[in-house]
Amino acid sequence: MELQITDLGCIRGGRLVFAGLSLRADGGSLTLLRGPNGAGKTSLLRLIAGVAEPDHGRIALHGGNAALTLSQQCHFVGDRDAAKLHLTVAENLRFWGDFLDGGDLDRALDSFGLKALAGLQAAVLSTGQRRRLALSRLALVARPLWLLDEPTVGLDAQSRQRLVALMSAHLASGGIILAATHVELGLAGIELSLGEAPTRGIAAQ
Amino acid sequence: MTALAAVITRDLRLALRQGGGAGIALGFFLTVLVLIPLGIGPDVALLARIAPGTLWIALLLSVLLSADRIFEPDHDDGSLEIMTLGPVPLELIVLAKAAAHWLATALPMALAAPFLGLLLNLDPALLLPLGLSMLPASLALSLLASLVAAVTVGLKRGGLLLSILALPLYLPALIFGVAASAGDDTLSASRSAALLILLALVLLALVIAPFAGAAALRAHLR
Repeated sequence: MELQITDLGCIRGGRLVFAGLSLRADGGSLTLLRGPNGAGKTSLLRLIAGVAEPDHGRIALHGGNAALTLSQQCHFVGDRDAAKLHLTVAENLRFWGDFLDGGDLDRALDSFGLKALAGLQAAVLSTGQRRRLALSRLALVARPLWLLDEPTVGLDAQSRQRLVALMSAHLASGGIILAATHVELGLAGIELSLGEAPTRGIAAQ
Repeated sequence: MTALAAVITRDLRLALRQGGGAGIALGFFLTVLVLIPLGIGPDVALLARIAPGTLWIALLLSVLLSADRIFEPDHDDGSLEIMTLGPVPLELIVLAKAAAHWLATALPMALAAPFLGLLLNLDPALLLPLGLSMLPASLALSLLASLVAAVTVGLKRGGLLLSILALPLYLPALIFGVAASAGDDTLSASRSAALLILLALVLLALVIAPFAGAAALRAHLR
């Protein structure tokens, strides 16, 4: 499997965020997006996820499931947790499992130690616990491409370890991860620096 | 299909649990219909004459009141972004959300309206025409509400814009709705004609709202 990005350009609010960005990520590779605030890390992840459409360039996932679009083969965990405060933890996960086509609720609850909190409404969770709920989506539905935007924000040391373990298991199984993060995860990855537009970064393993 | 059923079930559950959109709209509907006869006074003939129009206006305003709850919560908590990664196109998601809004908010009001009409001294002969016309029209109102809610998503305090945008869309439903449920026996032929036009409006909304709503959401997510 291979994620190929060619000559990608992004304009937000009339401002050029980046242009001419090319990137290749093979199966089993972790790409770490670095760069100052506003460098376009989140924009890049949203473009790859297909949440937004690129102004220029192409994004393709080769060797995946040809019947599915790129959006349907990726997980996007952004800055917001996509959790309904008035639903319980289990109801939130069950919804995303049903919506994203077939979820493994037990595995998801186990992945970030949410089993004991499963019956609680998301409204009473702390910021870090809600973050864990959002990240459990990764274990809930199996998808080859993970796009993580600052996944460690709000996580305690133990949850961060769980995230790293989940990520390395995903990489070992041939998945691709792109993560925008300012902290050191302790995983070997290719760094892609965004910043001085126009940027041209080539990442390959 | 599972995905759409999941959206509808979740929205219904939220509407019941939260008491948010659905509860406020139903409460508002009831309040208007209780207050109007008290405000108009004991002129029962006048009440009977204005009853159908009053019920329609109350329905329209109540649906409008709950419209900003259709997409705003999903937009605020990031669910909308994740929904674009699902197996169903955004058009069907708009349709599913409109269906959930209809089931939780507009349909209960349409079902209750003929009975609440008794508060307004509604002519008993009009109970059936009123129920028959409000049932499909409420679906059109939910669909149009979803469309307008999609256009105004992400605007903080977008309620004013939402009302102004919804007004022209709701006018045909109001005009033909009242025409389909008012008047005496001599008007039964024109009532059925108005009902047919109302049904056509429902079909039109069913076609336009999902596509226009999805386009608006996409433009916003860009």
